[in-house]
Amino acid sequence: MSPRANSAPLFDAGIVKTAAVDAVRKLSPRSLVRNPVMFVTGVVAAVVTLVFARDAVLGSPDTLFTGQIAAWLWFTVLFANFAEAIAEGRGKAQADELRKTRSDTPAKVLLHPDDANDDLWEKVSATDLRVGDVVLVEAGDFIPADGEVVEGIASVNESAITGESAPVIRESGGDRSAVTGGTEVLSDWIKVKVTAKPGSSFLDRMIALVEGAERQKTPNELALSILLSGMTLIFLIAVTTLWGLAGYSGTVLPITVLVALLVTLIPTTIGGLLSAIGIAGMDRLIRFNVVATSGRAVEAAGDVDTLLLDKTGTITYGNRLATAFIPVPGVSETELAEAALLSSLSDETPEGRSIVALAKGNYGQSETDVSGRQPTAIAFSAQTRLSGIDIDGRSVRKGAVDAVLGYAGQTMDGAASAFRDAVEAISQSGGTPLAVAEGNKLLGVIHLKDVVKPDIKARFAALRAMGIKTVMVTGDNPVTAAAIATEAGVDDYIAEATPQDKLAYIKSEQAKGRLIAMCGDGTNDAPAWAQADVGVAMQTGTQAAREAGNMVDLDSNPTKLIEVTEIGKQLLMTRGSLTTFSIANDVAKYFAIIPALFLATYPQLGALNVMQLSTPQSAILSAVIFNALVIIALIPLALKGIAYRPVGAAALLRRNLLVYGLGGLVVPFIGIKLIDLAVSALHLA
Amino acid sequence: MTFIGWLQIAAVLLAVLVAARPLGLYMAKVFQSERTLLSPVLAPLERAVYAAAGFKPEREQTWLSYTLAMLLFNAIGFLFLYVLMRLQGVLPGNPQGFAGVSPDLAFNTAVSFVTNTNWQSYAGETTMSHLVQMTGLTVQNFLSAATGMALACVAIRAFARSGTTTVGNFWTDMVRATLYVLLPLSIVVAVAFLLTGLPQTLAASVDATTLDGAKQTIALGPVATQEAIKQLGTNGGGFFNANAAHPLENPNAWSNMLSIWSMLLIAAAFPFTFGKMVGDVRQGRALLIAMAVLLISAVTIVYWAETSGNPLLATAGVEATAGNMEGKELRFGQAMSALYVVVTTGLSCGAVNAMHDSLTPLGGLVPMFLIQLGEILPGGVGSGLYGILVMAILTVFVAGLMVGRTPEYLGKKIEAREMKLAMLAVLVLPLAILVFTAISAMLPAALSSLNNAGPHGLSELLYAYSSAAGNNGSAFAGLNANTPWFNTTLGIAMLLGRFAYVVPVMALAGSLMAKKKTSSSQGTFPTHGLLFIGLLVGVILILGGLQYFPALALGPIVEHFLMHAGQTF
Repeated sequence: MSPRANSAPLFDAGIVKTAAVDAVRKLSPRSLVRNPVMFVTGVVAAVVTLVFARDAVLGSPDTLFTGQIAAWLWFTVLFANFAEAIAEGRGKAQADELRKTRSDTPAKVLLHPDDANDDLWEKVSATDLRVGDVVLVEAGDFIPADGEVVEGIASVNESAITGESAPVIRESGGDRSAVTGGTEVLSDWIKVKVTAKPGSSFLDRMIALVEGAERQKTPNELALSILLSGMTLIFLIAVTTLWGLAGYSGTVLPITVLVALLVTLIPTTIGGLLSAIGIAGMDRLIRFNVVATSGRAVEAAGDVDTLLLDKTGTITYGNRLATAFIPVPGVSETELAEAALLSSLSDETPEGRSIVALAKGNYGQSETDVSGRQPTAIAFSAQTRLSGIDIDGRSVRKGAVDAVLGYAGQTMDGAASAFRDAVEAISQSGGTPLAVAEGNKLLGVIHLKDVVKPDIKARFAALRAMGIKTVMVTGDNPVTAAAIATEAGVDDYIAEATPQDKLAYIKSEQAKGRLIAMCGDGTNDAPAWAQADVGVAMQTGTQAAREAGNMVDLDSNPTKLIEVTEIGKQLLMTRGSLTTFSIANDVAKYFAIIPALFLATYPQLGALNVMQLSTPQSAILSAVIFNALVIIALIPLALKGIAYRPVGAAALLRRNLLVYGLGGLVVPFIGIKLIDLAVSALHLA
Repeated sequence: MTFIGWLQIAAVLLAVLVAARPLGLYMAKVFQSERTLLSPVLAPLERAVYAAAGFKPEREQTWLSYTLAMLLFNAIGFLFLYVLMRLQGVLPGNPQGFAGVSPDLAFNTAVSFVTNTNWQSYAGETTMSHLVQMTGLTVQNFLSAATGMALACVAIRAFARSGTTTVGNFWTDMVRATLYVLLPLSIVVAVAFLLTGLPQTLAASVDATTLDGAKQTIALGPVATQEAIKQLGTNGGGFFNANAAHPLENPNAWSNMLSIWSMLLIAAAFPFTFGKMVGDVRQGRALLIAMAVLLISAVTIVYWAETSGNPLLATAGVEATAGNMEGKELRFGQAMSALYVVVTTGLSCGAVNAMHDSLTPLGGLVPMFLIQLGEILPGGVGSGLYGILVMAILTVFVAGLMVGRTPEYLGKKIEAREMKLAMLAVLVLPLAILVFTAISAMLPAALSSLNNAGPHGLSELLYAYSSAAGNNGSAFAGLNANTPWFNTTLGIAMLLGRFAYVVPVMALAGSLMAKKKTSSSQGTFPTHGLLFIGLLVGVILILGGLQYFPALALGPIVEHFLMHAGQTF
């Protein structure tokens, strides 16, 4: 995780100040109308304000009461606006940080990009670049736009985006060719072909997303707003018709109390916090160094059923490493380790280096300096398929089993049975056996295998607990793949995978109604990427993959999908739990307000006044105040989100129901009572 | 409350459960056009119907053309009934020589029988000719029930099918529902009713001389057959004005229990059909348990409230051990009256064997609230199932969000479009019930129909519109509803409650049908366990309670407190 994560405090003085101003600005009808619940609250607040003005002019005894109700209704709207503004403010703070890096450096556009030897360039403002232009970026220059390296190699500081201070290498061809606008070339030079229009570059999109400017309601958010609007309509019907029913019963209900009843009943709590929850979710994602192209993608990540992972670089380190030396009878482990070490001293391949490391580490071989002993290194070649060293009259060789057998003048059948068994066992387990010989004496076998990253099994267990099935994609043969799959604890694997295989697998999973996510660097995967529902591309991946994915992981850590999924789930859980809380609150509000409304006509309804609220006006005012304050009280929860635990849906629901359902029933009874005590102590009503 | 009383209640409910399971599985076969036990007899008949009507039974319709066919069919049914009633004076089959029915009453009655409400603003035996009763009302008893069943089938298929645009064929579903389910069942039940002593004749009436020597005309008619389909189809429209309290419509304890059993039967069978058709019987069982929990709680409250009686009567010196027996029949007793009250309103049946107006305030609150919950416990034939599915969708939506997944029910994702349609459906009842009640409560012309003042009068109004919009049809009575205002507005409420509700539900079914079924995982919230049942019950109660609490507070709730303070109306 980068240093950026967890850095910002929940409430920063500067952000709060700006948000307070924004809260007032957001009172404009055009802004309010986007939120039906708050729009209704705003409209009725205006109505009560007019009633208050009338009362004040006429000197009605209810003036103080009406004034307070009007004030608290406005506060309700303001608090909701404030919640949204503070979430946006936190996003903006991040965006500003990003924007600083996007200084408008002039780009050096090559005039003759087709001629590799002609480096004649012209200065053009980065904003005037077009897709297809090729620019030269030299040490000290900022890369002016997203693009692909077409020539050269350079070290680039991408900390502006990734928060990672170590520079990365970017070169033409391969999977390290994508560069991002706003990053700085530290050494050497590259020629970059521009792939994104100015203003729609990666950084621009990132800024727009965190600022919430491009924020559209996500599908679940939309569905929830419909539920909330529907509830608002239902309560509008219930409260309006109550006027008629009360009239029949001989009570004329003043508009102020009807409005108070309406506003306390409609789901203002969740309605007020809904957009703050959404913005905070995106913000949290970026703190984890993942950029999503849309909120929709984040929600989809919360629904993922199956995750496809490339084996190489994700599950395993990507190179075969030596893990054991198995000597033949009559040869000690130390002798074999020493021979293996000698044979690999000049072997610069990862396998060779891992043999040296193993011999020195687990087998206690000391640092060997052979430079004074005039060694002759025998390099690996495709013909001989072995390498080694001639030193002090000894000829030590290691290599493919049959090649070494041939070198030693032996046959498989003639070799010791322990040797044959070891070779067999290693092959069976998906590893690669390397034989070691000195002269014509066979010493033993080196076990090379694809080493699974140490913490990966726990990560997959966490995914399984969340209900996500993991599938390993590898080009290995089925035996090797099965062995690694078992070791890493994945649920399934695709061996000898071709792009068609991956595509077919994704399609068949989708046909079973599953949502598929794919993680990887995206080389050769375009069709599969396009087919998958969620694609998390690595920042180190190709530009094409980054474009095709719904998300880009700036840390290039494929198991990051766990965090992304958690954030997606948190987002929904926070919305769902606050909705439950909001609706459950209504029960207490009825018990506060209904007896208060009809106390004059039906004093017997006082039996419903279970909270023993002091006066009818105090009861109504307390309910309205509680309704407004609960929004403020829940802002931190909306911003942080509800903690997700991978314990299965039923357990999760039980817990959230207990906390937010039961809590939602009980808390307002206590809260309204306390406010009532305060209101009557202060003689406010 | 007595042990014997509870034993009777348990026996009837158990008898329903025993019969509902095989019937539900049988209906699943019927609606999947599979071979059934009765196929050898009925299949030729079915083919003859298709041949006569000249259509292909396997031709599937989209939700829209299915719904349009249903609306067209009901419109024709309405027109036929309306004209029949208006012209009954000049038509044959009218031995009593009744005159044509007034326009507003004909409108109200036609709507009432088409929408499976069977609200009766009139006294059947003194208003409708035998021809109207048999070719109009009884036929609609079958057709409105079959319509409900067909619509429920579409709702079930929405979850059973995956990624299709067609929802079935309305005409096939209608024919099969009538032919394979309603007809055989009503023959069996009618015979059973005959055995318990219900009359079945085409004679007009008999004259009897009472002990005092006075001449009394006792109305007769084809009672047993109409009674069978009235209960089975949760129609509830009685042959006699006194409905199931009438000694010829419900002569004894056996006929009473048979009535309760037969009205619960199909509605209780539908959850089994649902479970079978969606391929997971546990899903249907969960819905049935939720219905049963609420229904039995309601019975408990009514039984308790009625046996506790009215404290005012006790102080007035009335023998109070039996509780509140006003408006109840001694031959049924408290337990079977309480069960009847709850079942007839938990279902959208609306047949009554006791005067709901005479129930204690809390005893009267329960049936009213059961109707307002949307007639889903277990609701009308078919309509109860699609009603509770809408509630299940709302439940799953909130629950799904709380477990951090796009909400899904039986593998179908509940998204913005589904929520929109579900909320549209949910809005219909409060709109129809509360708006009409509030207007009537302020309208002098409406108030003059009330027999009681104060909160009890308000209860009468609220009950009438709840009953109409919920397509229940039972009356609290105490309200003279045969006026142009009530006939018209109650008729509109019935239309809204049936069609304004079902059109969005059909669109919802169409939208779900088109979705691919997603597979469930550990992250999916299971909808067959106790947690879901509890949550569903909670959502039904809270949603219903929040909508109607203010209205109920001014009606039965305040009346309850006033009664204990010594005031009556």
